[in-house]
Amino acid sequence: MAQKWDKHRFDLKLVNPANKRKYEVIVVGSGLAGASAAASMAELGYNVKCFCYQDSPRRAHSIAAQGGINAAKNYQNDGDSVHRLFYDTVKGGDYRSREANVYRLAQVSVDIIDQCAAQGVPFAREYGGLLANRSFGGAQVSRTFYARGQTGQQLLLGAYSSLCRQIGLGKVQMFPRTEMLDVVLVDGHAKGIIVRDMVTGEISRHSAHTVVLATGGYGNAFYLSTNAMGCNVTATHRAYKRGAAFANPCYTQIHPTCIPVSGDHQSKLTLMSESLRNDGRVWVPKSQELAEKLRKGELKPGELAEGDRDYYLERKYPSFGNLVPRDVASRNAKEACDEGRGVVGSGLGVYLDFADSINRMGENVVRERYGNLFDMYEKITGSNAYQNPMTIYPAVHYTMGGLWVDYNLMSNVPGLFVIGEANFSDHGANRLGASALMQGLADGYFVLPYTIGQYLAEAGPDDRPSEESSDFDEVEESVKDRINKLLSIKGKRTPTSFHRELGQIIWDKCGMSRSEPGLKEALEKLPALREEFWQNLNVPGENGSLNQSLELAGRVADFLEFGELMCRDALQRAESCGGHFREEHQTEEGEAKRDDENFSFVGAWEYRGADSEPELHKEDLTYEEVKMTQRSYK
Amino acid sequence: MGKELNLRLKVWRQDNADDLGRFEEYEAEGIDTDMSFLEMLDVVNEGLIEAGKEPIAFDSDCREGICGTCSMVIGGVPHGGQQGTTACQLHMRHFSDGATITIEPWRATAFPVHRDLVVDRTAFDRIQQAGGFISVRTGSVPDANATPVPKQEADLAMDAAQCIGCGACVAACKNASAMLFVAAKVSHLSLVPQGQPERERRALAMVKQMDAEGFGNCTVTGSCEAVCPKEISLDFIARMNREYGRALIKREASS
Repeated sequence: MAQKWDKHRFDLKLVNPANKRKYEVIVVGSGLAGASAAASMAELGYNVKCFCYQDSPRRAHSIAAQGGINAAKNYQNDGDSVHRLFYDTVKGGDYRSREANVYRLAQVSVDIIDQCAAQGVPFAREYGGLLANRSFGGAQVSRTFYARGQTGQQLLLGAYSSLCRQIGLGKVQMFPRTEMLDVVLVDGHAKGIIVRDMVTGEISRHSAHTVVLATGGYGNAFYLSTNAMGCNVTATHRAYKRGAAFANPCYTQIHPTCIPVSGDHQSKLTLMSESLRNDGRVWVPKSQELAEKLRKGELKPGELAEGDRDYYLERKYPSFGNLVPRDVASRNAKEACDEGRGVVGSGLGVYLDFADSINRMGENVVRERYGNLFDMYEKITGSNAYQNPMTIYPAVHYTMGGLWVDYNLMSNVPGLFVIGEANFSDHGANRLGASALMQGLADGYFVLPYTIGQYLAEAGPDDRPSEESSDFDEVEESVKDRINKLLSIKGKRTPTSFHRELGQIIWDKCGMSRSEPGLKEALEKLPALREEFWQNLNVPGENGSLNQSLELAGRVADFLEFGELMCRDALQRAESCGGHFREEHQTEEGEAKRDDENFSFVGAWEYRGADSEPELHKEDLTYEEVKMTQRSYK
Repeated sequence: MGKELNLRLKVWRQDNADDLGRFEEYEAEGIDTDMSFLEMLDVVNEGLIEAGKEPIAFDSDCREGICGTCSMVIGGVPHGGQQGTTACQLHMRHFSDGATITIEPWRATAFPVHRDLVVDRTAFDRIQQAGGFISVRTGSVPDANATPVPKQEADLAMDAAQCIGCGACVAACKNASAMLFVAAKVSHLSLVPQGQPERERRALAMVKQMDAEGFGNCTVTGSCEAVCPKEISLDFIARMNREYGRALIKREASS
């Protein structure tokens, strides 16, 4: 296993340095994966076109990651190693990821930190000038590198600066405020995309030798999530409809520490970094009566005696305590609230309490570690978390599922590569904290630039179709038809109202816990909602100008189809694993109960047309290096 | 649920870059004080669409104060005047019932209006493309701990690097100067050892591009620092001036 990536790299074909400039590569998305891939491939000599829907590549949602990035540097001398990071990630993913990919991820993790430090990323340092680390959920070593509570921002700005350099050198052509609406296949190979200029509405076509999707996850299918407002599934869903298999769409990560919903107006949810669980203690009152008083404000949390509090994570998981993985922490919060012990007005919230840490280390130390998070909390809630415990509740955060890719990160459609959150491969059924940044940059800096050469060398420099070909005509026509249809319905409901209703259905039936009857109910409701969408949607304005309602309508239309695939996959997977919790399949203690005999596979769905059910393909998961066991954090 | 507010909005509407633009007035009724400012606009927009009108176009994305997309002048102040707060993190509990709120786009020659409150900030990207980077190729780097960075300098570099590139500094400045934005990037990269080899080239190139984009000069009024949602210090402008001066002298000396 340790030699696999090395050997594979040697076996990969190389493109002659003088020939690289004859190749065009399209990269869709400019987050950690997209920006790092675009910059690295341009450095190699390829001509890159990079597209993003934001007004600048610097604003991709990777920027919002707070806590940190893992790497097996073992700078703390606490027993970390490539093998341990690999093992923690496979175990954290509840043995549903592909072993070889995860091993490679752990191997290149160390190079990422070197790369970012060289770009000038201002990581946290110790007084001796060396890099500092913090602990994160699901690990017992301290391997997380960070830049205050804004690690994603600093890593993205590092990748963005490399991208900027290549734009300045003319090797990358950047298209901001441009949304990919479909992928074009020529003889079964991905050879181009159709995009819409979001300022002018102009639809245009771009051909290339290969297409890379780095378009992030589909968490906004739930309407409320920690994703940015613009995050969407359109690029990957369109690719799915053109033949790329979608793997494990039911695997979504519900993050345990988010600010609870405050009302119907809520447009998105805000995460409070998992790193807060290093020093914050999670609790609810022991009794429903006390919870009731806290909800009504008759009692203040600080007034509750120690004996009346239930630090349920410390009680149930003594060895990991508040640092259990995200799926476990989320489910336990839900359980406490379902028992009537939740503490905010809606009953959907638990405490994250820093009083003990402030007593032990002083407020200044807590401020230094988490000051920006406490400030953000106060801005949103109006409450001071140095004085009162935070209230938190789980929210949709990340999606482990994505387009199926092979070891080269190529989908089953030749020439279509998928990197970062948009692919499925590394996190199994649950992602560990500080591993998304690691994977995005691993794919973009250190995996794709090598593996894409194999495809390009085989295809040859002449294998780029003309943009005038009929394949482009057809796809562009279908894109235009769809836009015209969205604009011509002129019904009564706004795109947002459909999005909100869709989100509620998926959250209720395919959220933190799922059941066969619930999923079947969702699968009846969703087609009906979709039908209403196409009859009663109201999109004002026209295509030929900046039209945010039209942008949203197109994304919601895709989410409506995609939500069904999520439920279908959740129904098919009659076991619990990681973030996928089927009520019918739990241990006596209420933990996720896997069924390795029947479900140790990647479920990859193939689109079979609008009127047929998609077909499930299975990639068996076998483990050579680790032994599959019941995950225990006790 | 918080309390409810009824508000009157005066909003800048402009169909495209060529349109002259005008203010239009809207009622925002039953606004929950727990809403963010942008959620209040969402509510108004839903009402406009239902009434068959075009909603107010405005930029936003992460809605947690870090992406730098949201950009509007609220009551005459970029981002609305709460210290260290972007428009998306501004909450309605800071407004009083019955208030009239004026909402405008960033106004600067270098930031042309696309529509309503949405402006074109690609000038910032071009400044960064001119030199806002350290030239390292992927893979050709030493071990991260091979170059220690004193904590104090790393912390100061981080203070500068926190800039979210929103452009509020330009919108607040009477000269529409981009000095705070450029200074933040120049300072960040000149403070870390990895940024030393290109220090002079970077300062000269970024300032040159800044001028070419049509941003005004700095007269040190400090309005940029006052509205910066990341509270980037004016000191960095002084630091950039030193960097620029140093670079000019070195260029003279070597020519």
